[in-house]
Amino acid sequence: MKVPLNWLREYVEITLPVEELAERMTLAGLEVAHIDSIGSDWDRDRMVVGEIVEVRPHPNADRLVIAVVEYGQSEPLAVVTGAPNVSVGDSGVKVAFAGVGARLIDGHSDELQSFTLKPTKIRGVPSEGMVCSEKELGLSDDHEGILILEEDAPVGVPLADYLGDVVLDLDLTPNLARCMSIVGVAREVAALTGQKARIPTPAMKAEGQPIDGQVEILIEDPDLCNRYMGALVRGATVGASPKWMQRRLLLAGMRPINCIVDITNYVMLEWGQPLHAFDYDLLRPARPDGPPAIIVRRARPGERMTTLDGVERTLTDEMLLITDGGGPVAIAGVMGGLESEVTESTRNVLIESANFNNINNRRTSQALKLSSEAAQRFGRGIPASLAELAVTRAADLMRTYAGGTIAKGLADNYPVPQEQREVLLRPEQVERIVGIPMSRDDAQNVLERLEFRCEPHGRSNLKVTVPLHRLDVEIEADLLEEIARMVGYDKIPLTLMRDELPPQRDNPPLELSKKVRTALVGCGLTEVITYSLLADGDQDRLLPLDSRDDSTVRASEPGEHLRDMLPCILASEACIRVANPLTPEQVAMRTTLLPSLLKTTASNVRFTDRVNVFEVARVYLPMDADGLPTEVTHLGVAMTGPRWERSWLTPEPEPQDFFDLKGVVESLMAALGIAEWRVEAASHPTFHPGRCATLHLDNRKVAIFGELNPAVRAHWELNEARVSLLEMNLDAVMPYVARRRPFSPVSRFPAIVQDLAVVLDEDVPASQVAEVIRQAGGELLRQALLFDVYKGPPIPEGKRSLAFSLSYQSDAKTLTDAEVARVHQKIVRRLESVLGAQLRGA
Amino acid sequence: MLDELKKLEKTALVALGQVDTVAGLDAWRTEHLGKKSLLTTTLRGVGKLPPEERPVVGKLAQEVKTALEDALTEARERVLALEQERAAKAERVDVTLPGRPVSLGRLHPVTQTLHRIYDIFAQMGFQVYRAREVETDEYNFQLLNMPPDHPARDMWSTFFTTRDGILLRTHTSPGQIRTMREYCPEPIRVILPGRCYRYEDVTARHETMFYQVEGLAVGRDITMADLKGVLAAFAKRLYGDDRQVRFRCSYFPFTEPSVEVDIDCAICGGEGCRVCKHTGWVEILGAGMVHPQVLRNGGYDPEQFTGFAFGMGPERVTMLKSEIDDIRYFYSNDLRFLAQF
Repeated sequence: MKVPLNWLREYVEITLPVEELAERMTLAGLEVAHIDSIGSDWDRDRMVVGEIVEVRPHPNADRLVIAVVEYGQSEPLAVVTGAPNVSVGDSGVKVAFAGVGARLIDGHSDELQSFTLKPTKIRGVPSEGMVCSEKELGLSDDHEGILILEEDAPVGVPLADYLGDVVLDLDLTPNLARCMSIVGVAREVAALTGQKARIPTPAMKAEGQPIDGQVEILIEDPDLCNRYMGALVRGATVGASPKWMQRRLLLAGMRPINCIVDITNYVMLEWGQPLHAFDYDLLRPARPDGPPAIIVRRARPGERMTTLDGVERTLTDEMLLITDGGGPVAIAGVMGGLESEVTESTRNVLIESANFNNINNRRTSQALKLSSEAAQRFGRGIPASLAELAVTRAADLMRTYAGGTIAKGLADNYPVPQEQREVLLRPEQVERIVGIPMSRDDAQNVLERLEFRCEPHGRSNLKVTVPLHRLDVEIEADLLEEIARMVGYDKIPLTLMRDELPPQRDNPPLELSKKVRTALVGCGLTEVITYSLLADGDQDRLLPLDSRDDSTVRASEPGEHLRDMLPCILASEACIRVANPLTPEQVAMRTTLLPSLLKTTASNVRFTDRVNVFEVARVYLPMDADGLPTEVTHLGVAMTGPRWERSWLTPEPEPQDFFDLKGVVESLMAALGIAEWRVEAASHPTFHPGRCATLHLDNRKVAIFGELNPAVRAHWELNEARVSLLEMNLDAVMPYVARRRPFSPVSRFPAIVQDLAVVLDEDVPASQVAEVIRQAGGELLRQALLFDVYKGPPIPEGKRSLAFSLSYQSDAKTLTDAEVARVHQKIVRRLESVLGAQLRGA
Repeated sequence: MLDELKKLEKTALVALGQVDTVAGLDAWRTEHLGKKSLLTTTLRGVGKLPPEERPVVGKLAQEVKTALEDALTEARERVLALEQERAAKAERVDVTLPGRPVSLGRLHPVTQTLHRIYDIFAQMGFQVYRAREVETDEYNFQLLNMPPDHPARDMWSTFFTTRDGILLRTHTSPGQIRTMREYCPEPIRVILPGRCYRYEDVTARHETMFYQVEGLAVGRDITMADLKGVLAAFAKRLYGDDRQVRFRCSYFPFTEPSVEVDIDCAICGGEGCRVCKHTGWVEILGAGMVHPQVLRNGGYDPEQFTGFAFGMGPERVTMLKSEIDDIRYFYSNDLRFLAQF
């Protein structure tokens, strides 16, 4: 809402400097987003109201004239102009005159370039100033002709005084519908500055035939229209509206059209009541021989009408129409129709001032994507009592500025009168909620500033009558807010809660996600946060084309089976889907983090070859066809590129592979204090056939990780480097996170280290070898570190050698060689018997 | 003989002065003090001298030997120092060469900000509560005083799902109802962080997905003065003790009275700049006293209980603190951006 200050001044005295007023309003909830000062940069001595006293032809140019301008000094000045709205013979025209030295905006430039006016000669004729266009003054981008002022504009007065204004641009929250009007803002300003608003009740001078019998108003759906009023103005001339009105409309952000439309808009801006003007003569009666009729009813399904903007619209039976005897003439409170529009030939005008159900009005304007000034006001709700004030004001303005005679009386169909609300205020509630003690008298004083009527109720309370223009006040809490607002939030003290401290509880999921993040950052990974929504097909791109029909890796239906799928690749149609996506990139709620991580990797490898990232975020698993999804917290990791940044120390760093990621997995398990976990070789088409594993806690699979299948890589705009991926279900990991970590003492006795190399079939998993060693080694074997894996001569084909460094240690004593040898031999024998291992070099 | 000894001493000392390695010392020792050295043979031959010369020569030879040994000890110290110096010289590096690269992992700036917010509120007794992101219309709107088609719904442009009545939460406020329904009738102090979604074109100021941190306190004795006290304390902890905090009237359907909290713009110091839209103030929080109907919807009797709620965006916090001018950086996950935090 744009509020020109000069307009506001008509209704309330402005006692504060503008900046201070704006601050006061902002603090009270009427946020002043911007203050626009018009004319503050106009030179008061050089830019004044002028009068063209004579226009002579230019001796050397047909399209130019010489205007002689009186501007309040002894001698008039001659100015050469090419403005199309100044012609030879004109005189007495009031204009905006700028003398030499004034700074103006260049009318011919597309940008706002200013220049200083200099004396000049145009085609041989000296020109000593300028008559300005709106654009040159910075009022608008209109440079079609010069700005013509009111006939009574006082010559010689600085333009800044005559045309200048300050416009407050208000950012209004939805509850402030009442401030979408100058009168409404005036009431607030009065209350905030201790003034009294001067808001006269509009009156009209009606001298025509009574309106009774000249129009018939029928409301078929009073649930959607609780009041419809009309005033009739006959014999009007549809010309331009007065300049001051046009200027105010422009300052308030509306385009002048003609005096009838301008007046309906002007009154809407002033009072907040949207009005509509019909060409009375185009309205058809409802019955033969009847007067023109207005029938307010719901549209019939499929009914069509062409609105003022020339668009034919198809309506539904949810939408409210204004019709006449012949058919629709307007979509109620949204937009008028083309057929009954006021035109230059209109003589008789019926002014509509009505009240429509705000919810229904909002629905209609949203469904039709029509957001008019009228709909913005109706949609937020306006009081029915306002209709009469506004229609009276509009009729009288039309009489004054369009000529014509007002029919006596107003047509008024008011099936649901507005109720006068009463709310009980218990003054002690001010202290209880707002935190400042307040007496009943003080509360009354504050509320009366806002035109609430207060009467004592019982010994300590107030019965508060809500003014009709305050639809937003319904309960005591609303009054408390009004009181707090008027007292000023800055007057409320700052205290710290003395209330009882609620029970404090652990938050295991939060703790887990913090530990996971700390561990991964410790592994040198960077956290990313990616969109929860994916494009159609993003999840399918995790699979080679030939496995997209495999229901074991790609689900196509919602259901409980999704819980155990990792990664959970669900057909996009079965995901939680956005009904109104903004972009095809964000349509379906993801059920796996991997597509987002691959996208992030792909977008980063364009400028760096090394990407090590992770994300802790939710996936959204639809468990049924129509309910809420289950939100499960997952961890995703992606690693690609060289192991270290390239440097002079490592000019050709090795590329990362499966084992870099596995190292991260091991560190993560250690950080979470999970000692018992198992990794198994796995196969999943997203992953490399020979480099994929699953992580198990007890018998539950909680993660899958490995290198990306080269057959899938091409789907992701990646380079040739290996990409390792992990997805882990953190909610499944949570119960295993160590809450307590028992300490094992550090032995005081020396460890004895012996190496052991064995040759085995190459498909015996290393983890199995380590497990056999650990079991056989028993309590004295403290560590079995695998330090070498070797294939090739002299090891026979199909075999490999694994070398372990075994440390033996006791907590009780220094071990003897014999004791160590006994255990070591046991390990060797067990490897031989269980796994068919051969001691290397034996 | 005596002259020879003196000469011998002199020659040896001169030679020693030129030795500058440990190996050289050993060689010198062999030559001048070893078994086959002139001095040793001289000492050994004292017995063969005429008896009158023996004491004189013997004494002198012994003196020479002691002098040479002392000189050797001294020289050893000198040579060792020299050797160390040489070794150090050989191992010297160009300390201006870059160090061995260590990859430093980093948390996303939004996570860092969230953790900071958790910490500050934890000290005031507020705990983190986890609420869902895909919500019902009932929780996201209706239980927060926004029946269908309520004008205030315009404040939250919504992504609806294809499922009836299910949407992507537009704010963390539905978590207020979920918390209250879980904890009623206990008093409550929680913060509810998480992702929210809005149907808004992506610009430098708006993202379709963003984080919010909601706060809720419910108790028998909580006033708007507490709201002010807690939020002012928070704002000063987060943004600095020297920041001014301003509370102004606002509107949310689920709080009454409603508040917007501003701090003076740290970038221009309140003079007015692009960041503060030339107002000198930047908005950091929305808040208010919990609306009595919302308390009722959560199971609390508004005649017994009062409360306050607030909400803020960690992206915005980060943007203000790090002077980031475009919210789109956050979820583009460009490592060149993330590496700066």
